[in-house]
Parts: sequence; C-alpha cells; structure tokens
Amino acid sequence: MTAVSTEFPPSQGQVSSRRPPSQVNWGDRAFKVTTAGFAILIIVTIAAMALEMLTASKLSLREFGWRFLTSTDWNPVVGTFGALPFIYGTVVSSLLALALAVPVSIAVAMFLSEMAPPQLRGPLAFAVELLAAVPSVVYGLWGIFALAPLMRDHVEPALRAIFGFLPFFQGPNQGFGLLTGSMVLAIMITPTITSVSREVFRAIPRTFREAALALGATRWESIRTGVLPVARPGLVGAAILGLGRALGETMAVTMLIGNRPEISASLFAPSYTMASVIANEFTEATEDLYLAALAEIGLLLFAVTILLNLVARLLVWRVAGTTSGGRA
Amino acid sequence: MDMRNSQRLFVSRPSLFSGLPLLAFALFVLLGCESSKGRPSMETGSQPGTVSLNGAGATFPFPLYSKWMSEYNKINPDVRINYQSIGSGGGIRQVTAGTVDFGASDAPMDADSQAKASGTIDHIPTTLGAVAVSYNLAGIQGLKLDGDTLTQIFHGKILRWNDAKLAALNPDLKLPDQAITVIYRSDGSGTTAVFTDYLGTVSPAWKAEVGVGKSVRWPVGLGAKGNEGVTGQLKVSPGSIGYIELAYALQNKLAIAAIKNKAGQFVLPDVAAVTAAASEVSLSEALTASIVDAAGPGAYPISSFTYLLVHRDAKDRRKGEALARFLWWALHDGQKFSSALHYAPLPASVTAKVESRLRSLTAGGQVLLSGT
Repeated sequence: MTAVSTEFPPSQGQVSSRRPPSQVNWGDRAFKVTTAGFAILIIVTIAAMALEMLTASKLSLREFGWRFLTSTDWNPVVGTFGALPFIYGTVVSSLLALALAVPVSIAVAMFLSEMAPPQLRGPLAFAVELLAAVPSVVYGLWGIFALAPLMRDHVEPALRAIFGFLPFFQGPNQGFGLLTGSMVLAIMITPTITSVSREVFRAIPRTFREAALALGATRWESIRTGVLPVARPGLVGAAILGLGRALGETMAVTMLIGNRPEISASLFAPSYTMASVIANEFTEATEDLYLAALAEIGLLLFAVTILLNLVARLLVWRVAGTTSGGRA
Repeated sequence: MDMRNSQRLFVSRPSLFSGLPLLAFALFVLLGCESSKGRPSMETGSQPGTVSLNGAGATFPFPLYSKWMSEYNKINPDVRINYQSIGSGGGIRQVTAGTVDFGASDAPMDADSQAKASGTIDHIPTTLGAVAVSYNLAGIQGLKLDGDTLTQIFHGKILRWNDAKLAALNPDLKLPDQAITVIYRSDGSGTTAVFTDYLGTVSPAWKAEVGVGKSVRWPVGLGAKGNEGVTGQLKVSPGSIGYIELAYALQNKLAIAAIKNKAGQFVLPDVAAVTAAASEVSLSEALTASIVDAAGPGAYPISSFTYLLVHRDAKDRRKGEALARFLWWALHDGQKFSSALHYAPLPASVTAKVESRLRSLTAGGQVLLSGT
C-alpha cells in the first residue's frame, strides 16, 4: 500500500517540482509553459503599447504638461494643442449614448431572458447580435444618408419645440452634431450591453423569482424585487463595458459628429472625439510636436478605456461572487 | 482513493491518432519553408531585368499615378512601380526615412523635413490640379464668388446666402434667405493646404487669424473626413458650401462656383483654366511654386502643382535610373493621360525646367539620364 501511494502525486494531477525527472509528465509541462507564455504575451503587449505611447508623446507632455488637459485651443498651424474639447466630446457623446442605450438594452435582455417565448428567443437574440456585426463605416454611411437628414428635419426641430427652454436644445442644427453622433453610438453599443445583461440575468438562480412569485408578486414585481437588486452590479458592469466600446468608436462617430473642436452647451452643435481626431489628423501630421500631441491623446484614451474596463470587470465578478456563494 | 481512480481513467493509451496533429504541424512548417524558397523574390537582381520601385504619398494625384504606372508597365514590363496613397505627410515621412524609393506631396516639404533626410530631396512637378468650391442650393446654378466673399464665408462673417455681398456678385440669381453651412476637411490634406493658401493670399486677415496649412483651426463649419466625406455631406445638407477636388465635384454632379481670378474674370475649374494658371509661373530653384490667385487670362485661381519627391543622389543605380526614366516618360508621354482624369498637363515652360532637373539626378555622383 505504501509503495503504491508514492506512485501517485499528492495533489490533483499537478506536476510537483520535487518529483524526480523520470516521473515528470513532460507533455503536461510543455503545455503549461506554452499556454502561460501566450497569456504573458498579452500582458506584455498591453504594457508595450502603453510604453510606446508614453515615449511617442514625451515631447508634448514636456511642452504642455497639465495645460494639455485644460486648454481648448487646438491649432496645428501655430503649434498649440489642448485636448479639452476632445475629452468633452468623447465623454459627453459616450455618456449620452449610454443613457440612450442602457434602458433599451436592459429591457431587451429582460425580455429575452424572462419573458420571450422560446421560439422568439433565438431569432431575436440573433438579430441583436447582427447589430454588433455591422461594420462601423457602414453605420457612418447610413448615418450620413439616413440618420442625419432625419435628425435635422424631424427629430431636432421637435426637440427644440418641446425642450427649447433648456440650453441643450438651442442653437442651429445641421443634423451633424453631438446628438447624432451619440445616437449612432447608442445603436452600436446596444448589442454589447444586451448580451452581458442577458448573461447576468441567466446567472441569477430561479429561486429568487420563485420566492417573490410565491409571496404573491406579479411578473413585473417579481423581477423588480427578486432579480433586479441582485443583478444591479452586473448590469452596471454591462453598462460600463458598453461605455468602454463607445469611448473607442471612431469611424461612425467621425462621420456624424461634425468634427469641430469646440465646447458648446447645445447638443445640436458639432463636436469632436479623441478617437476621431487621431484618425483624422495622424496621417498628415509631419511636425514632431503635432505627432506627440496626437500620441498623447491616444495615451489619454488608452488610460480611460483601461480604467473603465477594470471597473466593469470588478463589478461583473461581484455578481458571480454573490450568486454562486452561500446566499440562502 | 477516488482521486487515484479518476486519474487512472484519464490516462490515454498511445494510439495512432495521438501523433497526428504534431505530424501535420511539422509537414505544414516544412511545406511553408519550401514554397517561400521557390517563390520569385521581388528584390532587384534576383531575377535579372526586373526593377521594383516603391512610392508613397499624396492621395490627390493617385488616380493619375495609378494610370501612369500601369501604362508604363505595359511599355516596360521589367519595371514594376508600386504606389501607396497614404497622404502627403506620410509620403514625406517615408521618403525622408528612406523606406520608399520616392514620395509624393501636394505641398512642398518644409525645411525641417528636408533637414531630416539624408541627402537632398528634389521636388519634381508632375501635374496640376484644381480645388473646386461646391455648394448645395436648390435650383441655383452658376454661383459667382470672389476671393473676398469666399474668405468671408469661410471666416464666418457672411452667414446667410442672401447677404448683400453675394447678391452684388450674382444679380441675376435669386439667392434664398438660408443659413450657410460651411463644410471643411477634418483630416489633414493637401486640398486644405491649397485652399487655405488661396484664402491666405487674397486675405491678410485670414492669414493672420487662421493661417495656411494641411490642418487649420477653422472658424466656422463642420468637418468631414476625406474628399468623399465632404462630398457626402454637401449632398445631404441644403445650404452648404465646401471645397473638394475637381474630379469629385464633376463625378458627383455637384454645382461648382465660378471664382473671380486676378484678371477679373469669373472662371470655372477645368483643365484649360488650370494649365493657364501655371503658364506664367516662375518656379523656385527647388522647382516649387504656389499658383493660387495666378495672374493671366483664363486662369483658375485655386490651382496647384503636385510633386514627386526623389533623392537627388540615388543609393541604388539601377533603381535610380529606372525611376528617372519613368519620370521622363511621365513628363512627356504621360501628360496625355491627364485631361481624361481631370488633371491639367504641365505647361511647356515648366516641362523645360523639369527636364534639366531630371538630367541632373545622379547615383553615386554619376548622372543617370544620359543621351535623352
């Protein structure tokens, strides 16, 4: 018996480093090293990207310092660069897109996971995934020829008529502006938020809903009291993932947002995002400071995106933690 | 006890199929190596007679260069020229860094870029182009503008189409009471450089407040990406005005404004008007010149040269000679392809100067083109 027990490893199949070479499973070790290598490669790639952007933007960091984040003057002819209009445009368009997309997406996810009849579930989920498959440029083209005229001729005048007392809906409207850009972003991030929300709803055990139903709740009340409070961290995580996508979206936005580095209270006014300015001006920038300024904008965007994705991950894991834990 | 039993279950017997993936991978790698050795190399000298040239730069002349390179390849099958239209800025960067054999730019290189290059880089004017001012006004054709009104529109000082200054230039048109939507290029481009060069030439106020360049800070308007973006926005925005390459305006059937030139005539952009703009030009020593607001009858005021950038002293003699011969062909036979693509052929005075520059190109000190 004792002889047999030494032939098997003490832990579950893991190769212990103290085993003699004849008993080491070399195939397993090679497998582990290879897959670990690929995983580390990903981390190295991200670190290399960050380092590369820091190096590329050194000139601009030194020249402008913190002024870069507060100045609104973007003048390539004179050589002064300030990123505030782009930060404003990126943040406002993304948040507005989120505000428009989240209610719709969560409603769709709720319908798909709770209420849809089984025959409808498949096709509807597929249709939502299709939205994600449409290329960004196609959204932009559709926006130029369909959405922008619609906004200019119908939606924006209506908003001005109803909400014109607010500064957000005043001023001239040309169809191409912050509101149109946000609308197309909202359509583009809906599939992301819907799929993650659907997974979040699916992760919640049925017992939560059944408990509420057993106490006499209606369908809506059982979802509101049984499912939503538990799902909330996960839904917030889904929303932040959508926000992350919205922050980086380039082509569709640059075709519809008007590309004007100006901060204006009106949502009808044109604006500019960080990703758009890099896509527009990088190929023709020849001066070193200009290139460095654009690289610094890339660095800003990179930092913001990583930060938001980190927050999203933590929140989504929290849901998985509470539901698979010991909650009675 | 249970652990050991479950482990025993997962011990697989070596079978015929276990080594198959590894074998397939090894075969794949070997075959890949074989085929890459057998593929003819694209480098000069591997296959005697084939010279491969790489160039990159401006998007504006890309249709013409593309036509030239394919036509030249028909005549000289042993010379293959590849051109990537990545933008003037990219072209300047690549030729300075030496990663391409020649570059292309609408605007001449500035002193900083010249300093970064090893050796002198020559500008070879290849063709002429026009920047058209297009507008979208229902039922209005034949709009006339002059430098002053055009600048004021883009400067945000003239805001409506029925402004008195516009009405004065167009007494026979019924201009509507509509807001003017200015559309500019959001990406850096040679087209913007030419257009702002014109505005800066006719208006000192523009030059002081906005400036000239591939990217400027536009006082008013919306930005669209690329000539195609501006064209798209012009088409869907009533009351808009923008500047695009002539070919785009013609192919999309957009209304084009006639601009008043220095001689006082209202001229529409066409091939003859652009060639007229360059006819009285005096090129600088570097063979560059700005021909906006050109003097001379029939000249279109918003025209420009576009240049190919080549090293004055080529590193590789075979490539340098092939490139010089191609440029000679483009300067003479190539010009007949220009008009069909809405580019203007070079006037005779310019051709003569470019010929003498081409004759002075060398490789390692030795002249490339002899006996032409």
